[in-house]
Amino acid sequence: MAYSEKARNHYTNELTSIRGAGLFKEERHIKSPQSSRIKVEYPPGQPSKEVINLCANNYLGLSSHPEVVAAAHRGLDSHGYGMSSVRFICGTQDIHNQLEKKLSEFLETEDTVLFPSCMEANAGLFEVVLDKDDAMIADRLVHASIVDGMRLCKAQLYNYKHLNMAHLEEKLQETQGCRFRMIITDGVFSMDGDIAPLDKICGLADKYDAMVTVDDSHSTGFVGDRGKGTHEYCGVLGRIDAITTTLGKALGGAAGGCVSGRKEIVELCRQRARPYLFSNTVPPVVIAASIRVIDLISRSTERRNKLEKNTKYFREKMTQAGFDIRPGVHAIVPVMLYNAKLAQDVSRDLYEEGVYAIGFFFPVVPQGQARIRVQISADHEREHLDKAIAAFAKVGAKYNILGKKKDEIIAAYGT
Amino acid sequence: MTLDLFPLQKGGYMADDIRQLIVDYVRKEYLDEDSDQEITADTKLISGGIVDSFSMVSLKLFLEKKFLIKIPDEKATPEAFDSVNNIINLLKELVPSVKE
Repeated sequence: MAYSEKARNHYTNELTSIRGAGLFKEERHIKSPQSSRIKVEYPPGQPSKEVINLCANNYLGLSSHPEVVAAAHRGLDSHGYGMSSVRFICGTQDIHNQLEKKLSEFLETEDTVLFPSCMEANAGLFEVVLDKDDAMIADRLVHASIVDGMRLCKAQLYNYKHLNMAHLEEKLQETQGCRFRMIITDGVFSMDGDIAPLDKICGLADKYDAMVTVDDSHSTGFVGDRGKGTHEYCGVLGRIDAITTTLGKALGGAAGGCVSGRKEIVELCRQRARPYLFSNTVPPVVIAASIRVIDLISRSTERRNKLEKNTKYFREKMTQAGFDIRPGVHAIVPVMLYNAKLAQDVSRDLYEEGVYAIGFFFPVVPQGQARIRVQISADHEREHLDKAIAAFAKVGAKYNILGKKKDEIIAAYGT
Repeated sequence: MTLDLFPLQKGGYMADDIRQLIVDYVRKEYLDEDSDQEITADTKLISGGIVDSFSMVSLKLFLEKKFLIKIPDEKATPEAFDSVNNIINLLKELVPSVKE
C-alpha cells in the first residue's frame, strides 16, 4: 500500500508534537451567520451558546448585511453558481469586469485584476514583475502570504526592521545596483494594528527610485476618511504601484482578492500570474454581492465612521479599566498579556462570560508578546462593547492584571 | 556592485574576529537601537526569538557577501544559524581558511 505504516506513523508523530507544543488549532462550530453576536457550539456536542464576537475581520459589519445578502441572491439567479473555467477560457462574466472597474475607482488606481484570494494575489504578483536582477525589500512583519509570494520570486530578498525607516533606507542604499527595487509592506499589520507610514515609504521610494507594494487587507473599506485604505490615510493616493487586498474581510468577508495599481503590472498579472491563470476566480454570487458592498461604502461613510467611534470607545474604556493596550487607532486592539498560558486562560474565561476573543502567542506573535487580539466591528452596538469591557474587567481582576504594567505582568506570569 | 569582503589575515581568517563581526552585525541588524539585550557567541538567535526564518535571509546574505561564498539552502537551516558559534561551524565547512 502506498500510504505505508511508516508514513502514517510519521504524520501521527508530527500531529502529536504539534499538540505537545500547545499549537494544535481547534475549530469551533458557529451555528449562525457571521455577526457581532454569534451562536457557537463549543466544546463539540454542547448546546449552542450566544456570545459577543470580538475576533472576526467583519470590520464594517457587512458579512450578513441584508442588502449584501439580497445582492448575492440576485447574482445567483442572474449569473449562476459556478463558472467551471479559469478566467481566460470561459470564466469571465460581465460582472467580473464591473467589479474590477469599481475597485479601481474606489481605490483610485489605474486597473485591477481579481484573484481567488489575497493570499493568491500575493503568491502571484512578485514573480510576475520582478526577476533575479531585482530586489524585494520587505518589512519584517509582513503577512505570511507575502513571504510565500516572495519565496516564489527569483529577485533578491531583503527585509527591514518593522516600521523602521532608517533601516529601510539602508537597504535601499545597499541595493542601488539592482535593476528594479520594490518596497513591500502591509498597510496595517494584523497582529498589532500598526499602520505603515506610507508617506515616508513613498518619499524613500521616490528618493531611491523604488516601487511600492502594499497589502491593504486590514484597511480596505474603512481606513482613511473615505475608507479607501492606508494610502488614503497616509495621503499617498495614486502613489502606490501595487495594492493587494481582500474581499474576505471588511468588504463582505466571503472570499476573493485582487491586485490593483499600475495598469501594466495588473495586465502582466492577467497574462502571467499562476494563481490567476490556473485557478477559477471569485464565483458570480460573491462578485454580485461585492459590487453591492462597493456601492454601499462609496455612497456613505456611515459604517466606517461608526467603526472609528466604536474603536475609540473600546480603546479608551479598556485603558481606563487598567488593561495594557497597544496604542493606536485601528480596529485591531491588542490586549497585551505577554504570557501564552495567561492569554489562553483569559480567552477561556472570557468565553465563559459570553465573549469570544482569541489568545495569540508564539510563533504567531514574537516570544513574550502574547495577547488577546480584539477586532472591533461597525456591527457592534454600545451595549455589546460595554458587556465585553465588563467581562474583560472581571477576568482581568481574577488574574490581578488590571493597572499592571508590562514588567509587573511578566514578573507575575513570566513570558 | 562593490565588494565588501572580510579582510583575510596571513594564514587565514581568525574565528574570533568573525565571531565579533557577526555579533556586531546581529546587534545592528536585529535589535532596536535602545535594546539592552546581550548578544554573545552562544546566544540563541532563532530559537531565542531574535532572528526568525524570514529575517534570517539578511544574515545569510551578509555572510555570503563578506566571504564571497554561496551558502546552499540545505545548509542554511535554522539550526545552523541558531548561534554565532553554530554559524562559525558552518563557515568552517564552507571556508577552509577559518582557523581557531
